[in-house]
Amino acid sequence: MNKKKVNENVLKRFHYSTDSVIDKPFNWHQMLRLFSYMKPYRKNLLPLSIAMVIITTLVRLAIPILIGKYTIDKAIVEKDMSLLTILVTIIGSLYVLSYVANIFRIKWMNDLGQSVIYDLRKHLFTHVQNLSHRFFDQRSAGSILVRIMNDINSLQELFTNGAINLLMDLVLLFGIIIILFTLSPSLTIAVLLILPIMFFISTSLRRNIRRSWQLVRLKQAKMNSHLNESIQGIRVTQSFTQEKENMAFFDGVNWETYESWRVASQKNAMFRPMVEMTNALGTAVLIWYGTSLIQTGPLTIGVFVSFAFYLGMFWEPISRLGQVYNQLLMGMASSERIFEFLDEKPLVAEKENAIEIKDLQGRIQFEKVVFSYDENRTALNGIDLEIHAGQTVALVGHTGSGKTTIANLVSRFYDASSGVVKIDGMDIKDISLKSLRHQISVVLQDTFIFSGTIMDNIRFGRPDAKDEEVMSAAEAVGANFFIEKLSNGYLTEVEERGNVLSVGERQLLSFARSLLANPKILILDEATASIDTETELKIQNALKTLLSGRTAIIIAHRLSTIRESDCIFVLDHGHIIERGNHQQLMELQGEYHHLVKAQFQVNSAS
Amino acid sequence: METFKKLRPYYWPYVKYFIWSIVFLLLVTAITTVYPVILQLTIDEVMLGENYNWIPYLAIGFIVLMAFKGVATYINQYYGDLFGIKTVYKLRNSLYEKLQFLPFRYYDNAKTGDLMSRLTADVEGFRFFLSFGISELIRLVLLIGISFAVMFYYSISLTLVTMVTLPFLAIVVYKFDRAVHPAFRGIRKSFGKLNTKVQENISGINTVKSLSREEFEIGKFNDSNGDYKENYLATSKIWAKFFPLMEFLGNLSVVFLLSYGGYLVIEGKLQPGELVAFYSLVWYIIWPIVNLGFVINMFSQAKASGERLLEVLEEEQEIVEVDQSIEIVKLRGEVEFQNVTLRYDAEAKDALYDISFKAHQGKVIGLIGSTGSGKTSMTQLMTRFYEPVAGEVFIDGLKVNEYSLQSLRRNIGYVLQESFLFSSSIKANISYGNPDASMEQIIDAARRAQAHDFIMELPDGYDTILGERGMGLSGGQKQRIAIARAICVDPSILVLDDATSAVDMETEFKIQKALVEVMKNRTTFIIAHRISSLKHADEILVLEEGRIVERGVHSTLVNNQGLYQRIYEIQYKDQLVNMPTQAG
Repeated sequence: MNKKKVNENVLKRFHYSTDSVIDKPFNWHQMLRLFSYMKPYRKNLLPLSIAMVIITTLVRLAIPILIGKYTIDKAIVEKDMSLLTILVTIIGSLYVLSYVANIFRIKWMNDLGQSVIYDLRKHLFTHVQNLSHRFFDQRSAGSILVRIMNDINSLQELFTNGAINLLMDLVLLFGIIIILFTLSPSLTIAVLLILPIMFFISTSLRRNIRRSWQLVRLKQAKMNSHLNESIQGIRVTQSFTQEKENMAFFDGVNWETYESWRVASQKNAMFRPMVEMTNALGTAVLIWYGTSLIQTGPLTIGVFVSFAFYLGMFWEPISRLGQVYNQLLMGMASSERIFEFLDEKPLVAEKENAIEIKDLQGRIQFEKVVFSYDENRTALNGIDLEIHAGQTVALVGHTGSGKTTIANLVSRFYDASSGVVKIDGMDIKDISLKSLRHQISVVLQDTFIFSGTIMDNIRFGRPDAKDEEVMSAAEAVGANFFIEKLSNGYLTEVEERGNVLSVGERQLLSFARSLLANPKILILDEATASIDTETELKIQNALKTLLSGRTAIIIAHRLSTIRESDCIFVLDHGHIIERGNHQQLMELQGEYHHLVKAQFQVNSAS
Repeated sequence: METFKKLRPYYWPYVKYFIWSIVFLLLVTAITTVYPVILQLTIDEVMLGENYNWIPYLAIGFIVLMAFKGVATYINQYYGDLFGIKTVYKLRNSLYEKLQFLPFRYYDNAKTGDLMSRLTADVEGFRFFLSFGISELIRLVLLIGISFAVMFYYSISLTLVTMVTLPFLAIVVYKFDRAVHPAFRGIRKSFGKLNTKVQENISGINTVKSLSREEFEIGKFNDSNGDYKENYLATSKIWAKFFPLMEFLGNLSVVFLLSYGGYLVIEGKLQPGELVAFYSLVWYIIWPIVNLGFVINMFSQAKASGERLLEVLEEEQEIVEVDQSIEIVKLRGEVEFQNVTLRYDAEAKDALYDISFKAHQGKVIGLIGSTGSGKTSMTQLMTRFYEPVAGEVFIDGLKVNEYSLQSLRRNIGYVLQESFLFSSSIKANISYGNPDASMEQIIDAARRAQAHDFIMELPDGYDTILGERGMGLSGGQKQRIAIARAICVDPSILVLDDATSAVDMETEFKIQKALVEVMKNRTTFIIAHRISSLKHADEILVLEEGRIVERGVHSTLVNNQGLYQRIYEIQYKDQLVNMPTQAG
């Protein structure tokens, strides 16, 4: 099993992104920015936690010397029973103090850490929520999710324990060294020879080990990506009988994971023995040199015992300092990714004195509008158009001709590169985003269903709507028929990937949603593309209800949805090449005529 | 125990690693308790007994012993890890194999998230127990046992006095465990909820923004975020209540030790070194007891994980090959259904009822009907993705279950409704069913599916990587690659399940034109909502609620006064009104 080699070609079958194992360099500026999230707590939780930490640390420092130098040397060796009683009482009360302090330490430190994490996550989510469409276009949903959830969680330990432990460990470490020096300088120097070795193990060896574990995680991530994909694509795999080929690939990634794990655990297994050996070295020095000091006189048994106890305590702070250092390095990577998002500015920014609009007429104008998604791709090339209030217009053209872009500019998901978009004669940049979008509703081809009840999903259009209003919106678009057939009616639980609803039913829900929102302007972007004819018939009626009394922009391929529009704009490579109603454009014998003909060719050819 | 017995084939081959790990564990634990003894000897024998010539032996002996311990610790840990990860390697491969061959029926009801958590979290839970859990349990018991033995050897009465806190500690540990695990579950649950909330929000961001519901969403997020924090703090409260108490009980033992032990030393009934050794030994007993709850909980979690893994491993494969299945290179493509009835599960109504028809080699069969009428189900019986509860499906005169699954499915090219593409190059996606295809074959398939032109416009052409982090393609582009993928296997039977729904009119027209040639010499099943896509079929089956309600060619069906005619009239209304001269 150990000599197995993975065939490189087998592993080329699928590609999953793999990050490399690199530490981010330590960045003070970033660190300060991160820790500024602790600021709101600088007057309560932070100093309180620190006070508790200091109390417990001081008790820990005091115990060995109380036991060794005083209890053993002064009470036991001198056979002084009353002193023994006093000392034991002191030690006992210190333990009680430490007990109480520990209760509050744990409470307050967790409270502090969780509050910071809560604030940070809230800040990030709120910020992301207000970013523009372009931000979401450029990233997969998964990669955004990872930052809001995992990257922030990886800072949890740092804020809950790391930062404060750092303080505790420094106090503990220097406390021990100072006490040891006052007890016996020469023995201290001899014993402290192990300190550099401990530091080396704690930082260097541990970093090496951590990198190996990072590699394991990367391999696991790759394996899990494939697992996820292979489950989702299982129907394709079985249709094309690629089960065995996939198994070979999986065996490859599985083996890579195993190997990386084996290497990591080999290194990891060395850690504890090395620490213990170093400690043993210290103890051996103590036994040898310590006893000879007792032999010659300057050391007492009690002090020797204190030394032994302190030596046993040495490793803990050093180990934890190494841990905190590692946490900081990992925190660097996470916080860099978090700040990258936080520094992202919404491209569609709101003007300071933006106007709140309440009642719109719904007149839309485009004046010489140019727009490009990136330098190489101009989507709109100087569009001039006017849509009167209450009109229904259709946008027609090939994929990529600019139809959806026009719709996106009306709702101001993007800003025009040049030219002006006006609603009711006002530049939409002067209108507050919120009030603008409240007046506009977009029905997309892929309706998103949020997990919750049907009622909640329709109410998404207007969260303060009453149950009766939701139901009457559903009735108006004819969605009530299927909803009432469901097991729990309006209270049926649905979810995005669930198969409770068919495509047509989802679309009816989104119509109800939009109707409830009661927008002045309605945009239908391929809303009926993936619906079968019978459902389409039902939806057509719903559509009429939805369109009445609103300005509507319809993007569609199918003629049946376009024909009855008041005006049709034919787009090609970001230009409007024809405009007019169906009759006029047919008579023109131009591109529209050609497109209609193409549809009939589809209908008659093959 | 039943669970661990059933999983035995996965870990038993590697049990030798476990045994060695445990052997060295015995050594490690024995040496651990040596440290206090050395301390005692140093104080009592060397310092007080003035045997200063013992020093070198003690110091060197100690180092040698610790070196032994180091090696033993290493072997114990590494071999324990190996036992776990080797088992998991084997286990994962078996799970994956199982998943590859489970029937569609299984996936109809399975949730990807649930399966993934079995394959990741449960596998990990089981590994952790194998690598760490068993040996930790043994270690704790050994450590407690040996420490007690040494303490009893030094002084029975002192042991009893010192350990008087132990029953209380046990009660606290027990209570803590009872309280903390539900609390942890609470954290995980609320984190899961928060995760779902954020994921949904991001996936549905277009909907959120089009309805301008950002503030509403932020409000909902804050609730979940706050709930997570509350759950976390509730757990830390439990922690704050019990953990300092456990430590305090331990410290109390130390106080008893110092008082009574000090008294014994003063009375001359105990050596000072023995007192010091006791101080270390006390903690060797207290910490294992604090941890015992954690280890026992790990055991019950591993058992639960093992059960969930077994559920997958023992899932019935359902669709199996007969003993002497026929391997066939090339089918002719004659399909016959005889009185076929299909039910997806026992309680559900029939998905198909009493379906009979015959498709001759090279003919085109059109299937039309509303969503859920059984169109897709029919084609999935040919490939044996499901099996009928009554009736038989024949291909080339033989029942489909007489062929080997591989040779049957290799001959049927499927373009599924959802065009799922893998994270791989376009080239690899097109040749997915035929990995040995030459570049010419791949390009040819792409050309026929009208995909070649847009592929060439991509920065890396056929080597462009698709998938989550790769190029995003439009729905229509994906469909065309899915069509090319089916063409590339050169199937005898081609199934197009609503294959052109997401492309625009012109492209659809082009694809259909190209398909005319592709369909030559293949038996083709076209599932469509549009009459236009299947009006030239040799036979059209109109389905309603799992039954064939009409059959025939377009020209007869269109005047049949049935569902077909109704659909026709809806779809062709425009054409009849607008282009009377062009119709035809």
